Amino acid sequence: MHAFEYHRPASSKDAVALIKGKTEARFLAGGQSLVQAMKLRLSSPTDLIDLGTIKELSAIKVSGNAVEIGAMTRHADVAGSSAVQKAIPALAALAGMIGDRQVRHMGTCGGSIANSDPAADYPAAVLGLGATITTSKRKIEADKFFTGLYETALEPGELITSVSFPVPKRAAYMKFKNPASRFAIVGVFVADFGGKVRVGVTGAGASAFRQADLEKALSAKFTVEAAAAIKVKPDGLNNDLHASPEYRAHLITVMAKRAVEAALK
Amino acid sequence: MSAPLIGARVQRKEDYRFLTGAGQYTDDVSMQGQTYASFVRSPHAHAVIKKISIEKALKSPGVIRIFVGKDLADAKVGGLPCGWLITDVKGQPMKEPPFPCLAQGKVRHVGEKVAVVIAETQDQAQDAAELVKVDYEALPAVVDPKKASSSKPIHESAPDNVCYIWSIGEKAKIDEAFKGAAHVTRLEFLNNRLIPNAIEPRAANAQYSRSGEDYTLYVASQNPHVERLLMTAFVLGLPESKVRVVAPDVGGGFGSKIYLYGEDVVVTWASKQINRPVKWTAERSESFLSDAHGRDHVTVAELAMDKDGKFLAMRVITTANMGAYLSTFASCIPTILYATLLAGQYTTPLIYCEVTAVFTNTAPVDAYRGAGRPEATYVVERLVETAAREMKIDPAGIRRKNFIREFPYQTPVALQYDTGNYEATLKAAQRLADVSGFEKRKADSLKKNKLRGLGYACYIEACGIAPSNVAGSLGARAGLFEAGEVRVHPTGTVTVFTGSHAHGQGHETTFAQVVADRLGLGMEQVEVVHGDTSKVLFGMGTYGSRSIAVGGTAIVKALDKVVAKGKKIAAHLMEAAESDIEYDRGVFKVAGTDKKKTFGEVAFAAYVPHNYPLDKLEPGLNENAFYDPANFTFPAGTYVCEVEIDRDTGKTEIASFIAVDDFGKIINPMIVEGQVHGGLTQGIGQALTEGCQYDKSGQLLTGSFGDYCIPRASDVPSFQLDTRETACTHNPLGVKGCGEAGAIGAPAAVMNAITDALGVRDLAMPATAQTVWKNLQENRHARI
Amino acid sequence: MTVKVSMKVNGKPVSAELEARTLLVTFIREHLRLTGTHVGCDTAQCGACTVHMNGKAIKSCSIVAMQAEGADILTIEGVAKPDGTLHPMQAAFKEHHGLQCGFCTPGMVMNALDFAKGNPNPTEHEVRESLEGNLCRCTGYHNIVKSIVAGAKAMGGKS
Repeated sequence: MHAFEYHRPASSKDAVALIKGKTEARFLAGGQSLVQAMKLRLSSPTDLIDLGTIKELSAIKVSGNAVEIGAMTRHADVAGSSAVQKAIPALAALAGMIGDRQVRHMGTCGGSIANSDPAADYPAAVLGLGATITTSKRKIEADKFFTGLYETALEPGELITSVSFPVPKRAAYMKFKNPASRFAIVGVFVADFGGKVRVGVTGAGASAFRQADLEKALSAKFTVEAAAAIKVKPDGLNNDLHASPEYRAHLITVMAKRAVEAALK
Repeated sequence: MSAPLIGARVQRKEDYRFLTGAGQYTDDVSMQGQTYASFVRSPHAHAVIKKISIEKALKSPGVIRIFVGKDLADAKVGGLPCGWLITDVKGQPMKEPPFPCLAQGKVRHVGEKVAVVIAETQDQAQDAAELVKVDYEALPAVVDPKKASSSKPIHESAPDNVCYIWSIGEKAKIDEAFKGAAHVTRLEFLNNRLIPNAIEPRAANAQYSRSGEDYTLYVASQNPHVERLLMTAFVLGLPESKVRVVAPDVGGGFGSKIYLYGEDVVVTWASKQINRPVKWTAERSESFLSDAHGRDHVTVAELAMDKDGKFLAMRVITTANMGAYLSTFASCIPTILYATLLAGQYTTPLIYCEVTAVFTNTAPVDAYRGAGRPEATYVVERLVETAAREMKIDPAGIRRKNFIREFPYQTPVALQYDTGNYEATLKAAQRLADVSGFEKRKADSLKKNKLRGLGYACYIEACGIAPSNVAGSLGARAGLFEAGEVRVHPTGTVTVFTGSHAHGQGHETTFAQVVADRLGLGMEQVEVVHGDTSKVLFGMGTYGSRSIAVGGTAIVKALDKVVAKGKKIAAHLMEAAESDIEYDRGVFKVAGTDKKKTFGEVAFAAYVPHNYPLDKLEPGLNENAFYDPANFTFPAGTYVCEVEIDRDTGKTEIASFIAVDDFGKIINPMIVEGQVHGGLTQGIGQALTEGCQYDKSGQLLTGSFGDYCIPRASDVPSFQLDTRETACTHNPLGVKGCGEAGAIGAPAAVMNAITDALGVRDLAMPATAQTVWKNLQENRHARI
Repeated sequence: MTVKVSMKVNGKPVSAELEARTLLVTFIREHLRLTGTHVGCDTAQCGACTVHMNGKAIKSCSIVAMQAEGADILTIEGVAKPDGTLHPMQAAFKEHHGLQCGFCTPGMVMNALDFAKGNPNPTEHEVRESLEGNLCRCTGYHNIVKSIVAGAKAMGGKS
């Protein structure tokens, strides 16, 4: 790891002020991706602005039709929250599938989303549920947030403060894991908002994306058969050691089928 | 009288320190004035080094010294030797190109060491290592062993990249037998390259003492005495007495820590140059790049049978990848430890095996758990299972038809099996596996859209590689005995020094059980010491499942000497004839009388010899033994694996795994079971998840746990184990060894099950979900 | 940049001046010389570095020491009773031969302790899932799973 300057702001306002002008600085959330990248010297920020003690950033609020997760809320806390389990059980389940127990105790919702790892789980839920990302500057719609491989709509110095997930009628997330890393080779989040279905896919592309064919078919008929009938095109999907684009395309349908099946239970 | 300890499930003596964080591994050792080394490694698979610039790095904070290959050459530090000379089909010695500790003008695989930076802290060493600038001129690289001989030479001394071509068996006779066969089964396959990945990364920490003009090297090694021998005699040109090698607690090895590595030499040599201790601990990324890998064979195998499925002959042609350099035992793995096992459990009368060993631009390949024997078992058991399917014979039936049933049995490939009972292990495994209920389970699986398959593997292994003179005639450059010392203290407690090394096997317990049982002492009265060349008289280390059969026997030999001397002392003390003294569980008795002396009393007399036959006998009670076995031992068994394959995703789950082994006599069943569990999991890993991959240019694609998948807890089932016992005939404990069996038998059992489930002849390992899914796609129409 | 870090480790307050880039595991191993916490990989998969931070299992190789500022850290050295008696989870590992080389063991035990707190009667499947973040190359997990099932039972849902 390269050397860096460490900062520990007390509020998100201070955090945003601290990062101003430091072009190579990074916010440090749970560190489960960033610290790893720094250890391997793949990332070398000049400054780390640690959000770990900013209390206002870690809260779970459930209102009638939305679950709002503070950016610094740990995955384990989302997975274990009875309020989330009740409002959007699929979201709690997804948080409980991220990484491993130890990672879930540190990793955060905001950190995961800001990192936009192509195989991370949260982005599938953000897109599948049509979440709204609140930042230090504005609100960003899910559909406009993930812009590419490790890239988002966030501007330099912009900090995610919370993510608001609309409560669907029913939803489920299914993940086919990379056997080595345990990240998603393909993860599919299916959410039914009463005739309007959203499908968020992670692991398969440069960043998470919505799958229009599945959405259309499932909006018409929310059944396993409707999902099974969709043949996803492999064009543009990720190709690596673990899965070819063809395999990933096939897995999107399989995981969608299984997600629908789970959502219907 | 105490209960027998041999055969008891004694809890381990070593566990308390490991469970409380008190274990001491090499990286835990920190010395006064400690410095840290970071190696600059080649990003190219094959390149000429044009220039190395270290000026900028030298100015980096905390840097003490930087050494490059030239510094070692100028100091006459030699290259790493190979411990086994293979003589090729033409009677010529194998090609042995130099294996420098730091690259000399050229790099031959990604990760090869080019320079070492020594600094005050680990971070500083790494910071500076990044600043060492190396100008390379890249050369074309070869990764595929089948393409090696037509590629650009990697070493001057091997222009066609061939290290040797070696064979065993009479080819003409075997070719003839194939012509007359009613059926021939032929398979072509790759035995996938594996990366050992002991969870403790390799590490070395060396200190030079100006007063003693000697070195102490702490190193994560399975083999401290051989490490010292190779380093002093062949590389540094020092007397052995000048280097003390300590392999403290070692966090797993599986073969990868048998060898002398360049890093060990460099830190040792450098500790004198800077007169401070130098520590290097591999990062996992470095382990992936630079630990010796395992397997990597390309094989064409054929089995000839008569019309009833009786085996007539076997022909096996293998290309073995040695990697860029010959690691310590690399050359004997695909020959002596592979071809000689091709008889398996069967009476195949004629066997021919030809092995071409080649250099490629990849990390060196050497012994990894099983070493040659998993590859041999895979050949034999995949062939046999496929033959049974082709000839529509029950797979267990074809095995039974060909089992060796009379012992000793001389195989056509040099080995002589002393004992075994293959029917017993097969029968027990079939019963445990409920083979007769398989069809119903298969139908149930299909209802869940899953394909179920069952596969057998009847493996044999040769352990405790021996005897030295035979090994020598086959090219071994070292002895293969083991040394032991039993030091009885004045109060009757005992310290046992063994040349075997434990890195998870629990020798401190198993060996203590043997000693306590034989001497009639409590476990707490016996302590086992290993891993330190300044304490242990000599040792050949632990590999090849040799510890109990060879190391254990050396201890038994020393114990026999202790008891013999004790009898003389006891005879004197009790004024009886030595021939009348009996020793039984801690007590020397005069036969037919109630006169007795305890072991402690005799020990005390030996060290406080006030009443002692000083005219006839030296005081003290401390005996050594060196034991060179008369033969290999031959553990064998049957594994039955059942798999369930998800037709949608191709994912394979091990539904059940039954292992019935014959390890001869067992000292501690609890420890033996643990060895089998671990071996099976590595074997399942080879079959399902593990496969080292380089791209065409020689870049390692599977360079982290994020891409190279060693099994996790959820990837394997709980295992069902049982044993049958035929005692080894040529060692006093009747033991055979158990460390590698699981890794030897499991891959074939799993792949036999998967090919059964899929209804295909063959599938490449590892059978990842994607591989299986692709196969399902290709064969979809045929199947439905 | 140097920073001052203070925390409680195994009940004792500790503090030090460190380079900001010092990982928590480096602080524990190199500065406090508590070498029971191990490092087995550089990509956060192996779990040998698992410790508890404020009662929860985390990977000490995946955070910088400053992230543990003010925290309560428990390492394997702090698990047994002061008189040396093994914690029931440690005892279960010993009894069921849940360790071989011992290198992954501290991480396994630390994770298991945290897992078992709320799970007095875990199934084998749950235990295997709970070990997603811990690699062992020796035991094939069979006896680790047995150990954790037994240890959890002995703990009865408490720590």
